[in-house]
Amino acid sequence: MSTITLAGKDIARTDDGFFEDPSQWTEDMVPDLAKSEGIEQLADRHWVVIRFMRSEYLTKGAGPSVRALGKSSGVPIKELYQLFPKGPAKQAAKIAGIPKPIGCI
Amino acid sequence: MTKRIVILGAGTGGTLTANRFARHAEEAGLEIIVIDKDDDHVYQPGLLFVPFGMAEAEHLVKSRRRQLHRGVDYIEAGIDHVEVDENQVVLEDGTNVPYDLLVVASGATLRPEETEGLMGPGWGRDVFTFYDMEGSIGLQKALAAMDHGRLVLNVIDMPIKCPVAPLEFTFLADAYFQGRGLRDDIEIVYATPLDGAFTKPEASKHLSHMLDDRHINLVTNFNTGEVDEEAKKLISYDGQELSYDLLVTIPLHGGANFVGMSPKLGDELDFIPTDPYTLQSKVADNIFVIGDAAGLSASKAGSVAHFEGEVLVPNILAWLAGKPMPESFDGHANCFIETGHHKALLIDFNYETEPLEGHFPGPFGLPLLKDSYLNHMGKLAFQQLYWHLLLPGHDIPMVKAQMPRAGKRNLEVKHVKTGE
Ligand SMILES: Cc1cc2nc3c(=O)[nH]c(=O)nc-3n(C[C@H](O)[C@H](O)[C@H](O)COP(=O)(O)OP(=O)(O)OC[C@H]3O[C@@H](n4cnc5c(N)ncnc54)[C@H](O)[C@@H]3O)c2cc1C
Repeated sequence: MSTITLAGKDIARTDDGFFEDPSQWTEDMVPDLAKSEGIEQLADRHWVVIRFMRSEYLTKGAGPSVRALGKSSGVPIKELYQLFPKGPAKQAAKIAGIPKPIGCI
Repeated sequence: MTKRIVILGAGTGGTLTANRFARHAEEAGLEIIVIDKDDDHVYQPGLLFVPFGMAEAEHLVKSRRRQLHRGVDYIEAGIDHVEVDENQVVLEDGTNVPYDLLVVASGATLRPEETEGLMGPGWGRDVFTFYDMEGSIGLQKALAAMDHGRLVLNVIDMPIKCPVAPLEFTFLADAYFQGRGLRDDIEIVYATPLDGAFTKPEASKHLSHMLDDRHINLVTNFNTGEVDEEAKKLISYDGQELSYDLLVTIPLHGGANFVGMSPKLGDELDFIPTDPYTLQSKVADNIFVIGDAAGLSASKAGSVAHFEGEVLVPNILAWLAGKPMPESFDGHANCFIETGHHKALLIDFNYETEPLEGHFPGPFGLPLLKDSYLNHMGKLAFQQLYWHLLLPGHDIPMVKAQMPRAGKRNLEVKHVKTGE
């Protein structure tokens, strides 16, 4: 676990960088979170994905996988990788302040 | 009044559920109907062995109808869709089958067409999957003809049935080419979208050592976007390339296609949203789910369907009688991992506990996370257990639906979120 300061709040995150408490997240944290993922310029399409992740988490209790994102967010998988090159589901989950999407086993 | 239970699918989960219900049919006043599209029940775990000549394809198939006990009606027909609000199933020939209670046991389907280029000119030539009968027979010929080059096993994305089977394939391929004296001429690569050999950390460590020992190259975080079958290479979404001479693919999986045609029934991938503990669907109170069709974080495995059966049937009987559901599924899975040279490894885990070392089902049982001849015998015995205990809907002596805790080392219960 580690702690960072975002928008004046101390945020506890897991070792791999996911929020311990998703309710601490606010939209004004997004630019800084994106930067720490190597995303300097946030485009509208980034926001589409981030907001979608957030609402999926709030309604279903878990973030979607890349495949589910590709099918339901309106952003095709190829584009998802252009927006979040290091893995759309993981990176967008970190930026949206939600837990690591559970890999199905 | 008689209640009609309709079960969709006569594979592992559907068959064992029907047979468990058959024992209560009279006392509980049940009419039991099972629907599947043909009469060929395939023992799917055997498909792993066909490519290596270790099992005969025709010995893996039996009549579906004959696995069903007296008192169960079998309809051989394709399912077109389910009308959740009307409480009825519509068959491909247009017939309506109304139900009081529906059990969805229609498994997972392979979706190779969802990956760009995968079903191109190489499909069936130097690109195969062993996840269905046709592919596994084709692969036997392709392996026999191979005497040098690079064999790539690629898992395109999770979820897949029996997540250990692709690893087992590489272990068996290693032993197979050693046996033919060709191992030095064949490079074996295991390419996975995961960040390790397996989804669960402790088992992943063990398994990646086992890959190392066998000189099987592990490529992690490889998200296949496209297959170029002219150039014989896999291309990931982020532009990495991986060339092959023979590609063994585990295609994307989804739920049964009719689920996608049934309004309200499935999720994005056509699996059914299901309560992980009661196995009641989240779609309608009178729909329950068993096996690979369920959108759960449990493994998609025959052993899981078996353990679920022990929970599902008492829960449905209670629900029909208007009583609280007595049983709760813990996500228990139990898998033998064939490692080659007549050895196998055993893993046992549930929603909360990852596979650990120790012994199963208690301190003097089979070794866990260690390869041994005993486990290989266990894997072979599973085929007999499957036809003679699982499908008839019996409990396996000593092996309970709840994961045993005795015999496991370093057991601490971690609370992993299950998506609830
Ligand atoms: C290569 C391989 C190796 C495996 N090894 C193991 C192992 O070692 N151990 C283990 O425990 N598990 C193993 N499994 C997994 C195991 O076989 C499955 O998890 C299990 O069979 C799931 O049972 P099910 O009832 O959910 O689905 P299935 O047994 O697949 O049954 C689903 C049924 O639904 C029917 N159906 C679907 N759509 C329709 C329709 N539209 N109309 C009519 N019928 C329809 C299908 O015909 C099918 O019969 C393996 C699987 C594979 C592919």
